Amino acid sequence: MNNKPTVDINQDTSKKQFSIKRPFANIRPEYKRLLSRTFEALLPLIAVPLALLVGAGMLLALGVNPWEAYGAMVQGAFGNMSGFTQTLVKATPLLLVGLGVTIAFRGGVINIGGEGQILVGGLAATALAVGFPTVSGWILLPACMLGATLAGAVWGGIPGVLKARVGVNEILSTVMMNAIALQLANYLLRGPMIDPEEIERGTRIAQSALLPAQVWLPRLIPRTLLHSGAILAVILAVLVYIFLWRTTTGYRIRAVGLNALASRYAGIQVPVFQALALVLGGAFAGLAGGIEVLGIQHRMVEGMSGGYGFSGIVAALFGKLHPLGLIPASVLFGGLLVGGDRMQRAVQVPSAMIMALMGLVVLFVVSSEIWARRRARRREMNE
Amino acid sequence: MSDLFSLTVLLGILGTGIRLATPYLYAAIGETFSQRSGVLNLGVEGIMLMGALSGFYMGVTTGNLWIGLLAAAFVGLLMGLMMAFVSVTLQATQGISGIGLHLFGLGLSTLLFKTMLQGRVESISGFQPIRIPLLADIPYLGEVLFNHNIMVYFAFLLVPVANFVLNKTTFGLSVRAVGQNPESADSLGVNVNLVRYTTVSIGGILAGIAGASLSLALINLFQENMTSGIGFIAVALVYFGGWRPWGVLAGALLFSMVNALQLWIQVLGIQIPSDIAVMMPYILTILALAFAVNRTRAPAALTKAFNRGEN
Repeated sequence: MNNKPTVDINQDTSKKQFSIKRPFANIRPEYKRLLSRTFEALLPLIAVPLALLVGAGMLLALGVNPWEAYGAMVQGAFGNMSGFTQTLVKATPLLLVGLGVTIAFRGGVINIGGEGQILVGGLAATALAVGFPTVSGWILLPACMLGATLAGAVWGGIPGVLKARVGVNEILSTVMMNAIALQLANYLLRGPMIDPEEIERGTRIAQSALLPAQVWLPRLIPRTLLHSGAILAVILAVLVYIFLWRTTTGYRIRAVGLNALASRYAGIQVPVFQALALVLGGAFAGLAGGIEVLGIQHRMVEGMSGGYGFSGIVAALFGKLHPLGLIPASVLFGGLLVGGDRMQRAVQVPSAMIMALMGLVVLFVVSSEIWARRRARRREMNE
Repeated sequence: MSDLFSLTVLLGILGTGIRLATPYLYAAIGETFSQRSGVLNLGVEGIMLMGALSGFYMGVTTGNLWIGLLAAAFVGLLMGLMMAFVSVTLQATQGISGIGLHLFGLGLSTLLFKTMLQGRVESISGFQPIRIPLLADIPYLGEVLFNHNIMVYFAFLLVPVANFVLNKTTFGLSVRAVGQNPESADSLGVNVNLVRYTTVSIGGILAGIAGASLSLALINLFQENMTSGIGFIAVALVYFGGWRPWGVLAGALLFSMVNALQLWIQVLGIQIPSDIAVMMPYILTILALAFAVNRTRAPAALTKAFNRGEN
């Protein structure tokens, strides 16, 4: 707070004063505050156009017309019914994983374990559905979703407990849990859980048996992949909002994330709530995995997590770590993923470019926080 | 099980383990510099991928592996500077910016692989083993320790060098001071941000070389996402090694020996599902992080951005 430059007395002080004048200095304070808050809220939005701009440079370097490529992308993702439903299909796991990431980040812990949690969630749902094929769908479907949620919660809970008990950095442990889940899925899908038909035919593709039809999530629009999991995800987003901002537990999670030390003085058991944030983060990613299996493939396949564990982080950051902001954010990034595939077909640019652009979006969003912090500091100094 | 403990197999595990440790050593020693100055660079994996790709591409097109290595180091430097700009100058949350860098590197390396190399997986003849005369003639151990390619020797030489630089030079003192107490370092005239830019760049260069050690010496090809977690494990090894080069070496060796054991178990056809065997090193890492790490050694300012006159 003591870094104000000492004013040189020889200098013309009136000039000095003029030079430190800020833009909008004449606006009334309440408008100023509104302006500055709007600016802060909109800042991350610049990240996507910026990333697309860099992407345009990449496309030019590859000898592709960016206008044409992006046109194919937008057309593919939002231009027609089949593309748009596909976008919503991809937005669903992004939203669910993003909710988990949001809770974790709000609690001040970083959950990078989405990929692994999705996998164990998918495995749990598959195991239950294949294991009890005769049970009525009214019982089996909720059981599958619950199983997926619990499996994810356990997978997120292990790093949570390790952090709370012995202080293991959750970033590292969640990454390790991803690798373990991947091997576990590979093992189960090639061994105990492999589709018996694959063995009969001798093709041995690593995938589970087809789930009994009573657990398939109903399709919202016939002849598309859009399933009712999308609606569930939106409902859950609203519930997470209520949880974080309207319940004591949610308040404590946020308090721990905002200031762990102050929370401890206030008598909140910081490690418990950090662990809880990781458990909940895992639960949502696990549910996302279960819903992918129940809603789209109707069986567990290799590579099912599809990078959602990472792109969910991107969506969550872009949604400003707010459950309701996450809804449009996941539709946008779902659209980017679908559009990337269409772009690959239209102009032969590998869809991996989308991942590079997502990385840039993350870098831009986290970098833009500096302006928000500077403003906060300036406000503090003025008071 | 008896043949697992025969002398040939044990020596084989040792030799394989030493070779496998190479990429971990480069990446983790580089990350040690970065973390000792207070910057957690979680993007190592992405940098490694870009290093592996650019090293491989330049190696193939010029036919000179050294040019490939140089290209990998240069690309690593660029990505390190990117990380430094975001984390040091713009003071972004380091865990997340690292994920951004990782995704960027993963996406871009795949994109370039599919366009510049048409997505073809072809192997090249990489760095060949160099037998060190006399030393390699030591019975049993000679072959295991002194018949490796140049990248392996360099990786192991890097450990004492890094230890010397960190503990016995003025630069090393600045690095440690900046990581421990940037305010005091600043008040004594150390340019905190410059030191951090330097260490993150060193980390970037070494991560790039780590990638090239895969594509030019260990596996001798490039594949989409070929690092498959090595970069993240390297970050964990820095914690494991207590932020000290010798500790990092111990961690890297332990990890790669378990990995080598796992490979040999598969070679010998012992009945453990290979996927379960591959899990072992990761489980070991988690256990090690939980029970073997002395966290008091962590640089006090790790992940904390420095803001002159604000604290």
